[in-house]
Amino acid sequence: MNKPFRVLVVNLTQQKSKVEFFDTRKQWLGGSGLAAGLFENYADFDQDPFHPSQPVIFAIGPLTGLFPLMSKTIMSFMSPYNGQYAESHGGGRSALALRFAGYDALVITGKAQRLTCLGFGSKEINIQDVHFLKGLDIFKTGKVLRTLKPRNPGHRSILRIGPAGENLISYACVNVDTYRHFGRMGGGAAMGAKNLKGIIISGDSSLELPSDTLKEYNKVYQSIYKTITESGAVKKYHNLGTPENLIPLNELKALPWRNLQSTHDPEIEGISGETFAQDLLLRQVACAGCPVGCIHIGLLRERFGDEHEYLYRQVSYDYEPIFGVGSMLGVTTASGVLTLLEEVEKLGLDAISAGVALAWATEALEKGIVTTEQTIAELAFGDVHAYVEALACLSGKINDFYLHLGKGALNAAYVYGGEDFACVLGQEMAGYATGENYYVSQALGFRHSHLDTGAYSFDQEEQARDMEVAIKYMQDQEYYRILMCSAAGCLFGRKAYPREVFIKALKSIGLEYSEEELDATILSIQAHRWAIKFRTGFKPEEIKIPKRFSEVETWKGKTDTDYMMKLKEKYQEVLREVAARHKFQEK
Amino acid sequence: MKILKASNMKRCIGCYSCSLACARNIHKSLSWKRSGIRIHSSGGISTGYEATVCLACDPPPCAPVCPTEALRPKKGGGVILKKSLCISCSECATACPVDAIYFDPDNQMPVFCIHCGRCVPFCPHDCLEMVGSAKEVPDE
Ligand code: SF4
Ligand code: SF4
Ligand code: SF4
Repeated sequence: MNKPFRVLVVNLTQQKSKVEFFDTRKQWLGGSGLAAGLFENYADFDQDPFHPSQPVIFAIGPLTGLFPLMSKTIMSFMSPYNGQYAESHGGGRSALALRFAGYDALVITGKAQRLTCLGFGSKEINIQDVHFLKGLDIFKTGKVLRTLKPRNPGHRSILRIGPAGENLISYACVNVDTYRHFGRMGGGAAMGAKNLKGIIISGDSSLELPSDTLKEYNKVYQSIYKTITESGAVKKYHNLGTPENLIPLNELKALPWRNLQSTHDPEIEGISGETFAQDLLLRQVACAGCPVGCIHIGLLRERFGDEHEYLYRQVSYDYEPIFGVGSMLGVTTASGVLTLLEEVEKLGLDAISAGVALAWATEALEKGIVTTEQTIAELAFGDVHAYVEALACLSGKINDFYLHLGKGALNAAYVYGGEDFACVLGQEMAGYATGENYYVSQALGFRHSHLDTGAYSFDQEEQARDMEVAIKYMQDQEYYRILMCSAAGCLFGRKAYPREVFIKALKSIGLEYSEEELDATILSIQAHRWAIKFRTGFKPEEIKIPKRFSEVETWKGKTDTDYMMKLKEKYQEVLREVAARHKFQEK
Repeated sequence: MKILKASNMKRCIGCYSCSLACARNIHKSLSWKRSGIRIHSSGGISTGYEATVCLACDPPPCAPVCPTEALRPKKGGGVILKKSLCISCSECATACPVDAIYFDPDNQMPVFCIHCGRCVPFCPHDCLEMVGSAKEVPDE
């Protein structure tokens, strides 16, 4: 099974596609590893992110479809947000659809002349003109794309961008099958720059299972499935879902409120996971191949007439989006949060980044750094309607102010002032004001995400201010997460997939690794990813941790700035050493 | 005899664990389609999911159209396929009133539910169940 990856390469400039065979599985495993390998092969390191030659890559892993929770696709691209190599992970049906279309990865290069949709299955490839979808929101776009080729209802995955992506907003996202996303780092704008409005993947073929290992495969599958459906650790994602974290984090004084002016608020009840579940939860859905089903869909009911006339919509919610457009913007009602999430969804923005950017804008307006002439909307914490208006301005780049804000809060702060209170750690912060380790970890993290190293968890441990232990924790976690993301599994499945289970699972489908071999593969992928990131302009010493993070108070008390700065310096060195392990090949 | 019923599809979360289990265990395949139970969303995920599965008709309309008697009625409803007799004409798939027979273009074989119940334990939301077939219910 150690054969080369089968990759569909589409050039939108030439309107041509071809099937290529790329390297070996043993070297790249898949997912994050494969994406990095393909990126080095196809990217032009010296061009900017919007240059037509830059590839947009979607890669799945060796276990995709074969095991439960192996349900993610890794998207990689040159980030419009910071000009560096970036990854974003999405689920829905995308991963299995790509598997059943017969490819390990999709690489898109070039730029279409007119707005285009790429549709393909195992026996067809269509590059379709969809200029008539220009400016259409995510929902209307989805409706039209469902009528395009390949026509195969039920087993397709539809990726699409909204106005934010078309307008190249630096944190535009890609919507996957209505309720999942490639968020953060601007994947939506990367697609927008290619004039690529949508991708339809039809998973229409079947694969034979390897007969020699079938018995073993079924056994391993059964035991993993059992762990997932019976272990409480995974089940919690189904019950209240990730929003179960809101109350605990608020109690820990670790939930960012109103642009991180505080970390705790008595009004938490209004937007807690419990409130969402009791008042608004309609149902849960799952990514294809995942029995957990953590995707929570809420009911947004809106009165539109004088009489009792209502319309309703279904909006998905999660911990991070609730933080982004909820606590961070001082919105304290669950329906207010859903209203904003629906808007964010419709426009195709990343919910965390958009929320945090508007939180900065709100404080900037309060402080008189910017005026309502610039913000147009009368931004005020808690004012849902003002934020609805602002989101439209933001995705439409309506004036200079929103043009700058669309490049990130810190970017706008460079222009207008107010850098001290821009809650940006490499990109707009995720929802964990847990302490120094997390701030450093997001600021320097590979994806600038809380998921890079899970340091928010380490912050809650006793040795939380022991630098050696912290760095070891972060590096160990990064190792594991690269393994998980190269297998292209959902990080919620961590409990079911310790390293030894990966080795068994891989072996049961004919991919044999010894422990040492797997370690070597993962460490080489790690070095490779970091080397590309440095090569595309990552300068950790230039990444600031704005003053607001030093003012934060958690349950541990005030931020220990001294520890934080020392940790940052040390971690920078560690990352440089990691990247130095990789040697680029001459092209 | 017991038959498979997708009784609680309103509960379905669209994980495809059932289809994947059938494909894996019965058809030795990794597939969304080569499975006796196939899950579809009906026009976007917001509308929920439906299952396409053999209803175990008794008598089954698919069996008599088979020109080679490869497909035979089973006692209690449904059909059995004798693979070696099948000439891949796909008449059975056309005859099924609820589209429960999928004619697999890759291996030119009809795929349908054999009411073995192997998918049931893989459904995390108890959408599926094995129930007594109509024949077993005593006349009142
Ligand atoms: S746990 Fe949630 S995000 Fe992860 S694969 Fe399952 S449904 Fe998707
Ligand atoms: S496809 Fe095979 S089983 Fe179906 S009707 Fe034709 S011969 Fe009979
Ligand atoms: S296993 Fe159950 S919940 Fe999952 S797709 Fe099948 S019927 Fe739906």
